[in-house]
Amino acid sequence: MSATRITLFSLGVLLVALAGAPALADDEPVLTVYSGRNESLIGPILAQFSEDTGIAVEILYGGTSAVANQILTEGENSPADVFIAQDGGALGALAAADMLQALPEATLSRVLDAAFVSPAGLWVGLSGRARVLVYNPELLDEMGLELPGSILDLTADKWRGLVGWAPTNASFVANVTAMRVLLGDCDAEDWLAAMIANDAQAYPKNTPIVQAVINGEIPVGLVNHYYLYRFLAEDPEITATLHFFPGGDVGSLINIAGAAILQSSDRQDLALQLVDYLLSDSAQAYFAAKTYEYPLVTSVDPSVDLPALADIEAPEIDLSDLDDLQGTLEMIENSGALD
Amino acid sequence: MQLSGIIPPRFRSDRRQGRLPARWHVGNRQLLQAISLAVVACVMIPVAYLVIGAVGAGQDGVDYLLRTRTILIVSNSLALMLATTFLATLIAIPFAWLTGRCDLPARQVFLALGLAAMVIPSYLTAVTFSEAFGPKGLLQSLLEPLGVDRLPNIKGFVGATLTLTFVTFPYVVLPARAALLQADRALEEAGHSLGLNRWQVFRQITLPQLRPALSAGMLMTALYCLSDFGAVAVMRFNAFTRAIFIQTESFRMDKASVLGLVLIALTMLLLLLQSRLHSNGRHYRIGTGASRELQTVQLGRLKLPGVLFCAAVIFMGVAVPLLVLFKWLAGHMITSPIHVPLDTLAQNTVGVSAASALVVSAAALPLALLAARASSRFDRWLVKLAYAGNVLPGIVIALALVFFASQHMLSLYQTLPLLILGYAIRFLPYSIGATESALEQINPRFEESARSLGLTARESLLRITVPLARAGILAGLALVFLNVMKELPITLILRPIGFRTFATRIWSAYDEAFLSSIALPGLALILVSASVLFVILRQEKTAP
Repeated sequence: MSATRITLFSLGVLLVALAGAPALADDEPVLTVYSGRNESLIGPILAQFSEDTGIAVEILYGGTSAVANQILTEGENSPADVFIAQDGGALGALAAADMLQALPEATLSRVLDAAFVSPAGLWVGLSGRARVLVYNPELLDEMGLELPGSILDLTADKWRGLVGWAPTNASFVANVTAMRVLLGDCDAEDWLAAMIANDAQAYPKNTPIVQAVINGEIPVGLVNHYYLYRFLAEDPEITATLHFFPGGDVGSLINIAGAAILQSSDRQDLALQLVDYLLSDSAQAYFAAKTYEYPLVTSVDPSVDLPALADIEAPEIDLSDLDDLQGTLEMIENSGALD
Repeated sequence: MQLSGIIPPRFRSDRRQGRLPARWHVGNRQLLQAISLAVVACVMIPVAYLVIGAVGAGQDGVDYLLRTRTILIVSNSLALMLATTFLATLIAIPFAWLTGRCDLPARQVFLALGLAAMVIPSYLTAVTFSEAFGPKGLLQSLLEPLGVDRLPNIKGFVGATLTLTFVTFPYVVLPARAALLQADRALEEAGHSLGLNRWQVFRQITLPQLRPALSAGMLMTALYCLSDFGAVAVMRFNAFTRAIFIQTESFRMDKASVLGLVLIALTMLLLLLQSRLHSNGRHYRIGTGASRELQTVQLGRLKLPGVLFCAAVIFMGVAVPLLVLFKWLAGHMITSPIHVPLDTLAQNTVGVSAASALVVSAAALPLALLAARASSRFDRWLVKLAYAGNVLPGIVIALALVFFASQHMLSLYQTLPLLILGYAIRFLPYSIGATESALEQINPRFEESARSLGLTARESLLRITVPLARAGILAGLALVFLNVMKELPITLILRPIGFRTFATRIWSAYDEAFLSSIALPGLALILVSASVLFVILRQEKTAP
């Protein structure tokens, strides 16, 4: 009779469930990391950390802005020990809310360029990344378009419907914050409105934008510099190329991925051990070789053929001024970019 | 083959209206009421919390609600719902008729393959449709020789509607088919004898008899559209669920709560409308004599178009997703550097689904008993409230629970019990429904006899009622299992840190554009779901 069959099936399912249960109920003390960086970028090095030190790490992944907001909401209760962000502004927002623990000088001094460290010593940069315009040269030729001199030029009519962007992505959010700081709220708001009016194509993240440019769905997209190299590593034939906006344009913002320790963490020592590990030569070499970012310690060089960090004509800006995350998020939402 | 059991009974048109006279013969009634009350209290947590959150937002919440952008979201959701329901019905009626009543070759095979679309979660269909029909997708590469350089972007309304149409049409096929098979042959014969042609008979006689079944199926489809998160998120269509997700992800709870309440109100309005519109006309036999075997419609020259139509529907609903997944499996595109063993995913997915199914079935039993055997107003209200999951989209439950736990129940925050609670609230109606309809088929005289022969109320419950209702309870169990396994928003938001299932793995791979990494968990999820569905269908078929 069929009910018997179902009973057997449910029993089987239950057995599998029970077999899985021990894996779920593990009470060992672990370091909890909230990561605003994609798992594919930071996951392997965190796994390596666990392997090298024997310290178990639990990682919550999400968008940097989302994770920062989550920590702000959780407040004192946050299970997070370490926050890894892909934007100095999000770290700044937590610093401004007085939630971060000051880092020791020995940790901070690993990073030579003071621009990539919190002035109050509350967070430290782990790797550097530049905002760029990724483009498909053939498609651009076909369409008779020339590369723009500034991110602000992308609102021109000839770019209608042709620009990919990721309005919820933290690096993009930071870029808009930089616009607010350098050009004022009004100009930033106008740029967003003009981009939307110009039918900018929204993507959930940077990777799909690069994929779309490679596929020829769109000729150009606003992304971080390193995503393209992941595709090039799979397929060197790809012709998509990076364009750095010249002349200190706000579109060439250099930002950091960084880390901070939560004041509320009761595992400060382990947390610091992780941050130091991420600044070690081996971890920095990992960022250079695997995520194609700029290492921030002098002893390690970028792994791919990138313009030197110092040669990028980036805008003059203090990363810790990018801390009005909430303000920018609201501006982006009110602009209708998320609709 | 009786397939209508897949549809939760609240949506079935053939639900029995009458109640049996009230004499309590099963179990300790007060105890059942107490347990039921506790279950209903859990079910009400999300609603209560949304109200608190929305009220807490105060004037800001009102302003947010009245923005043009919020109104745009409402109209987006409604447009998606109407278009999808219309298209799904348009596909489902001929599909049900062709596979149910016509001399279509291998029609059972066509039917089974068409219904298989139900086991493919909306987010997988959406992801594969974007690949297949995108500007530079598979379709474009087929059309390339014809000089088609790029196709228009389907992201947005078109993509979301297309996806949901092919995900939901089986929900209309099932009741439509059941009604077609029960239709009265005498009426059709009368039509023919009065000189109507085949089309006129279908339109004027067969179709009106389908109306109650169709309205049930269309309601299912409409509710599915309002609550679906995966398809609208992938297709970037700014419907309610996507807007709520964006707010929830950023932990902006006041705005998310306002949107959530509006969505609930919209869903309830829909249910109310449906029950009002529900035709009271007679659709049953009134003639004397037995209902006769239905006549198979001879398609004649229309056979080939009929076959092509069914094949096309199956191609879209089932073949395209599978083809794209296999293409990704074979392709060498960038894959995620994070390797998650498939057996870990399978273990987590099956484990949490099984645990949830057991919890839900246990919680549903007292409520189903009250529903089937009780008559007091209090009992009926408890049961009504327990069905709240039908109007609470997953994303809304998730947002309320994450808000609730992070503020007030830290010990539950990011734990499996909270995740299972979320599933339980969402899918409790499925289990109550299945159990209730099984209980209603048990003649209360059995229980009375047991009592008169000296069994206590508790004994009569455990020895008579539950064993007799076993098939229904197990069907509910399987139905919950099936739905939990492919659930996305509750899983994404409430899962413990580091807990991965097929659904979350597919989502994160999609999110980072590691399309190849979608293939294996996607195919595995479809395989497991299809096996469970197969078991349910076999059970339906052999049930007495």
